[in-house]
Amino acid sequence: MSNGVPIVRFENIEKSFGSFKAVDGVTLDVPNNSFFALLGPSGCGKTTLLRMLAGFEYPTSGRILIDGEDMAGIPPNKRPVNMVFQSYAVFPHMTVRENVGYGLKVSGVPKSEIEPRVEEAIQMVRLDGFADRKPDKLSGGQRQRVALARALVKKPKLLLLDEPLSALDKKLREDMQLELVRLQQEVGISFVIVTHDQDEALSMADLIAVMNRGKVLQVAPPWDLYEEPNCRFVADFIGEMNLFEGRMLSADGGQARLDLKGIGLVDVPWDYPPTSDVALAVRPEKMRLYREEPELGWVRLPGKVAQVAYFGDNSQVFVETSQAGRVVVLRHNQSRSRDEPYRTGADCWVAFEPTDGIVLSD
Amino acid sequence: MRNPIGPLEFTRRGWVRLWLLAVFVFLYAPIVILIAFSFNQSRRNIVWTGFTTDWYGRALNNASLIEAFTNSIMIAVISTILSVILGGLLALGLYRFRFPGKPVLDGVSALPIVIPEICMGVSLLVFYARIGWPTGLPWPLNLSQVIIGHVVFSFPFVAVVVRARMEGFDRSLEEASKDLGASEWQTFWNVTLPYMKTGLIAGALLAMTLSLDDFVITFFTSGPETITFPVKIYSMVRQSVTPEVNAASTILILFTVLLTVIALKFQKPSEGVG
Repeated sequence: MSNGVPIVRFENIEKSFGSFKAVDGVTLDVPNNSFFALLGPSGCGKTTLLRMLAGFEYPTSGRILIDGEDMAGIPPNKRPVNMVFQSYAVFPHMTVRENVGYGLKVSGVPKSEIEPRVEEAIQMVRLDGFADRKPDKLSGGQRQRVALARALVKKPKLLLLDEPLSALDKKLREDMQLELVRLQQEVGISFVIVTHDQDEALSMADLIAVMNRGKVLQVAPPWDLYEEPNCRFVADFIGEMNLFEGRMLSADGGQARLDLKGIGLVDVPWDYPPTSDVALAVRPEKMRLYREEPELGWVRLPGKVAQVAYFGDNSQVFVETSQAGRVVVLRHNQSRSRDEPYRTGADCWVAFEPTDGIVLSD
Repeated sequence: MRNPIGPLEFTRRGWVRLWLLAVFVFLYAPIVILIAFSFNQSRRNIVWTGFTTDWYGRALNNASLIEAFTNSIMIAVISTILSVILGGLLALGLYRFRFPGKPVLDGVSALPIVIPEICMGVSLLVFYARIGWPTGLPWPLNLSQVIIGHVVFSFPFVAVVVRARMEGFDRSLEEASKDLGASEWQTFWNVTLPYMKTGLIAGALLAMTLSLDDFVITFFTSGPETITFPVKIYSMVRQSVTPEVNAASTILILFTVLLTVIALKFQKPSEGVG
């Protein structure tokens, strides 16, 4: 594999279905040996992008390069990629072994070579002992593993995964997330996964591309995406977010002064040219909750507890503030003795440090 | 202690059982009587006079009956094969492709199912006469008119059954196959066809049964020298209903039951496909 050259390069890809633009000018690189996630709400074009990689759709305009090679006009069966389908698409009339060996058989790999490779792939996904079963005698998670083994046995340059975990229950999904990361490191090729589940993308991927309405909004590692979103959509889509709308009054020397609705003047770090309409975005876990007005130089907002969602390890407390509307605060339930729960209707104060906020102009 | 009858356990209620029994009697009594009287000694089918298998011997030694039977089997086998191929392809085409006039083709292809058989028979007769279809060909080519007639009315049934089967097909199976390196043809052969198999077998059974007992269309399309089993029995009945007719009919019933059993056995291994 050639170093430096990204394994996938999308150059200004557009894809229209009739008058609907599913993908609208995407330029994107997927680096070698990475776990890459395409994340976005349904209908954002992420699956179309993946299907164009596999060769099931051709772009309306633009170029797709896989390992430096233009894929224009190359059908799915001639591409160096393999896919794990959302429905797994495990062949129902074949045993696990036949399913895994299918791709090698139809490609004309000699029989003597097929057997050891199939066995190896079955072991890799930990399905030893199930090789002679038909798919209807397998659980959802096991079928998923068959689909994985079947794709990986062909030694593709790139593995595509279309919402692979959406049909599994929570516990199994978490196990499979770890398993997929392990497999990616073991085989050393790039995985491109399509998902609408931000937790899935954050926990597995090295690099995440957030898409909406056919466009890529931000490509960043999980930490950057969560802590440094570049627009309101990304900030809101990844995790929970409190947005305080306002205006930028001035900006210089790495500082900007904002005038936020219901809060007033706030100074935040800002290294860019001044803009006008902005929002200050603050994550719920970066907000604090107090029963009395705290003695802090932070932004402080009085309010009433509107609703509490209890998750065991933490609680989401929704506070109706008198000045800035409803905000959500994440409270870790760290102590059984001291953390008296907040009741609906209780008076409280919400506070946050302005530097924990993110200034969003888009 | 017996468990009390649950709200959905209808078959444990007396009156439902009685009703079921009545239905079965209504459905099968004529067939049971037909089979019973094929062993009757009396020439007439009214009074039971004693047990005999003579009528089977008579039927099996009746050369023209055997000839009619062979004709029927030949017609059924060939028309079934053709119907399965045509019907399967039609179903696949209608399932797979979008093309102008598809709804029209969809509707027209089902027409032979609803057109009265008598109309089909007459139109085929007129058609063969008009184009001057050759007659007097050696066996089995002399059956071609009947075979074509049977294909015309039975392939839509195959198409309907196979299409119903294809509705449950996961298209990503075909995509997965191509993704794994298979060509269009390999994908059809290894993935699509095995899925269609159940529908094709059911369709073939239907086509074969329809062909075996078809009377009207056969009557109109067969030449004077090609007699099929149902037509032969009809002509025998016109003279008199002897137990020989019963015996011949029983053989036909056995034959179709046997076919069904074989087909069901054959379907067993692909159970998991559904």
